[in-house]
This record gives sequence, structure tokens and C-alpha cells, in this order.
Amino acid sequence: MNLDINVTNLNDKSTCAVAGEIDIYTAPKLKEAILPLTKQKGQLVEVDLENVSYMDSTGLGVFISALKSTKENDSQLKLVNLQDRVLRLFNITGLNEIMDLNSTIHGGK
Amino acid sequence: MEPFDFIEMKFPAKADYVSVARLSTAGIANRIGFSYEDIEDLKIAISEAITNTVTHAYDGAEQGEVTIGFGIYEDRLEVMVADHGGSFNLKEIKGGIGPYKNTEPIENLREGGFGLFLINALMDKVEINSNHGVIVLMTKYLGETEVGFNDQISTTQ
Repeated sequence: MNLDINVTNLNDKSTCAVAGEIDIYTAPKLKEAILPLTKQKGQLVEVDLENVSYMDSTGLGVFISALKSTKENDSQLKLVNLQDRVLRLFNITGLNEIMDLNSTIHGGK
Repeated sequence: MEPFDFIEMKFPAKADYVSVARLSTAGIANRIGFSYEDIEDLKIAISEAITNTVTHAYDGAEQGEVTIGFGIYEDRLEVMVADHGGSFNLKEIKGGIGPYKNTEPIENLREGGFGLFLINALMDKVEINSNHGVIVLMTKYLGETEVGFNDQISTTQ
């Protein structure tokens, strides 16, 4: 199972379209893609999770370190189009309280 | 003793094979008749247990194996994940679990440590035995929907 990450940059916004499954095998690749983007001051990093069908705590770990990096580097992290299953993990762990999540497409709360 | 089928699998304790174990789990759970939601919960719980083992195997730089046993009962699925190498530090793992509280500063957020918490939240019963290596025994009942997140994890040392 692989993870595809497609990054597009437009001015000070980077969009990462992620597709596949995020687990211990693929999480390092995701971290490698997202973390450098969050290190650019003023950058808005939008991660599109519409095509992520599976994620576990290893994925949460990546987003936590990315969020920390945004605080240190004055950038912004936004997760969009989360599938209900993926959104549920953020809700269970309470991370929905501190992450900028937008899941309107799949009817999440 | 109540009748059950037992399936056992052995994988190298490598990140590469976690998705394979996950697919096998989905296949078995589907055979028993679990709902889509329950199957997704099982996939995450089993992946978390194996991830713990794999992470530890990497730390020790030794190539271990992970053994997964599925006990298939009429009303439930029991999954056992055993690392037969060294044991991970239970205290450390159990000390770090729990949901994020809004009052904690972001700097204190744990990048790992949600694994066992998620297993506990997604399964009906979780037991951990650390007599010889570490064995995580997880149970999910057919047809049960939600279980509280505060259920105790029982430990045998």
C-alpha cells in the first residue's frame, strides 16, 4: 500500500493532495513532504486528505509535529476534506480542538 | 470449552508488513460478519499494536518477529499481538496515553503515544501481558456499537 503526495505551490500557499493509506510505513514520507513547507514563514500549508482511506496514530504524529513546526515558524497548517473515519481519530484523541480541520465534503461535524 | 477457530500469522517486525496484517484482519473480520465500522476499528487497533512492536524492534536494531493470533468465536473476535523479542517499556507506554486536553500547551503534545489509547478506545476489551515479551490481547464483540473511552486497560506483569 503506497502513499501519493502531490504538492502545488501558489504564492504563500502550498497544497498537498495526499492519497492512500497513512501508517508506520508511509508516515515518514508524509512527514518529509509536509515539514519543510511548514518551515517557511507565513506559509499556509493545506493538506487535502480526501483520498486518504486509512490513517492511524502514526498519521496523527505527523500532523502534531507539523503543527508544532507552524508555531515555531509562524506558518499555518490546515487539514481539509477529511473522510469521516479519519476525522473520527481526531475527535477521539481531542486533536480536533487544536487542529484546523475542514471536513465539509464528507459531511463530518 | 467453547469452540473456536484459530488463525496464526507471523510477520517480520517491519513497517512494510503492517498493511498486510491489516488486510488479513479485514478479511477475517468480514468473514465473521462485522460491520464496516467495526472492521475499520479493528484495522486501526491491530495496526497500532503491531506498530508498537515494530517501533521497538527498530530501536533495538534487531530483526524480530511479530506473531498475530486470531481467535474466532461465535460472538467475538480475539486478536493477540505478540512481540517475541524484547519487551517495550509498559510504564512508559501506559503513562503516555490519553486524549489531548485543551489546557496543555501545544509544545507538550505527544507525537507518539496515542497508539495504546486508540486500541483501548476502539476495542471492547484490552489486556496486556508482559511476562515473556509483550502480548496485547484485544477483543471485539459482534454487534456492539460504542464502548466508553475510559475503560480500564488491565495489565498482567
